[in-house]
Amino acid sequence: MNRLLAVAALLLAPSWAAAHAFPDHSEPRVGHTVDASPPAVRIWFDGRIEPVFSKVRVEDADKRQVDKGDSRVDPTDGTLLEVGLPALPPGRYRVIWSVVARDGHRTEGDFPFRVK
Amino acid sequence: MRGKTLFACALIVATVLTTLQPAEAHGLIGKRFLPATLAIDDPFVADELSLPTVSSIKMPGSGDGNRVWETDVSAEFSKRLSPDLGFSLLGTWKALDPDQGPSMTGFDNLEVTLKYQFFKSPEHETLVSAGVAWEVGGTGSKKVGSDSFDRVTPTLFFGKGFGDLPDSLEWFKPIAVTGVFGYSLPTRVRNQTISIADDGSVDIARDLNPEIVRWGFSLQYSLQYLQSFVRDVGLPAPLNRMIPIVEFAMQTPTNGPQAGHTTGTINPGIIWFGRYVQVGIDAQFPVNGATGKNVGVLGQLHFYLDDILPQVFTWTPFHGVLGPTQP
Repeated sequence: MNRLLAVAALLLAPSWAAAHAFPDHSEPRVGHTVDASPPAVRIWFDGRIEPVFSKVRVEDADKRQVDKGDSRVDPTDGTLLEVGLPALPPGRYRVIWSVVARDGHRTEGDFPFRVK
Repeated sequence: MRGKTLFACALIVATVLTTLQPAEAHGLIGKRFLPATLAIDDPFVADELSLPTVSSIKMPGSGDGNRVWETDVSAEFSKRLSPDLGFSLLGTWKALDPDQGPSMTGFDNLEVTLKYQFFKSPEHETLVSAGVAWEVGGTGSKKVGSDSFDRVTPTLFFGKGFGDLPDSLEWFKPIAVTGVFGYSLPTRVRNQTISIADDGSVDIARDLNPEIVRWGFSLQYSLQYLQSFVRDVGLPAPLNRMIPIVEFAMQTPTNGPQAGHTTGTINPGIIWFGRYVQVGIDAQFPVNGATGKNVGVLGQLHFYLDDILPQVFTWTPFHGVLGPTQP
């Protein structure tokens, strides 16, 4: 019985730590078109992320950075990465993010959205 | 005592449930996750365990019309020795149940594979590796047809995601292809069988052990890639972590009486991946009559050891603890 408990505890242990963090959902939604320029891009991840090493930026179709440069992890929600946006003209934009989960696992990605 | 048993069961159930939380960690190249495939080997080196892989299919037999249900249960342990070099050990237990005659069970030969990732392009989601597989002759049971000689198979592997396609082709971006091409060389060219008939005549049969091209590829469509990087189509869990896949696993002898005759299976299926494990199931369709006529099934439970216990399973003798696979 003790061996069984030890094996179970061994298997359970890693679940207490987060593995890689991956996006759960975002505003604007991945690949969608919004009617008006959104005030910010927000990405919710499936685990808590490290504020110091987690960044997001937004580029226009010419690959110029168009966000406000205030990328941050929400201090009240450790799974939320966000960056403010100025009023964006209609067009296609790309969100580029890189995050580090609380236990040091890095993931990165990007996605488009469009302003009508 | 009963209370302890219930507690242990509850702990194990909790373990399984928490282990199945969705996320990923393994087989990453750039933002592309390529799962461990079931019917062919994937191009990555990794710290992982396939336990078990179960295959069941009816085979045509050895030319006498006596077809055989073959069930294989295998386990494969893979370990990185450096960020790009790894090895794996594969053991398989076989059960052969012929239409006529007694059933046979036993272990197949042990197989050892060494693999090196020599090209990686994260921005193009491309990875190429080379390896050599060594089937250790005589480690398995002759009852289930294990060879008494070794086979050495130099092999080339590749993986390619199509996330670098132009945005006008966005629905094709979740597609990925992996492939494997190996040339299997026996260490004994011929098996010689000597038989003495009732009249005292001696018959010597020499059967060629053929050289075989082992090749295959997989076509995958990652719903996770679609949701996270191309278009959020609103798929709920567990669909948002599924990868529909078709695997082609073939072999073609290059000499002997079967030279040029390809056998193999086409395996459509689906893989679900989570934080620490993946689960996959394929149907097995024989590619021709020489392979068989009945549809088989192939299933696998696969553990990402580099994420389960990175301090233990990613330790290497020359590079220390590697940690989980990085993009």
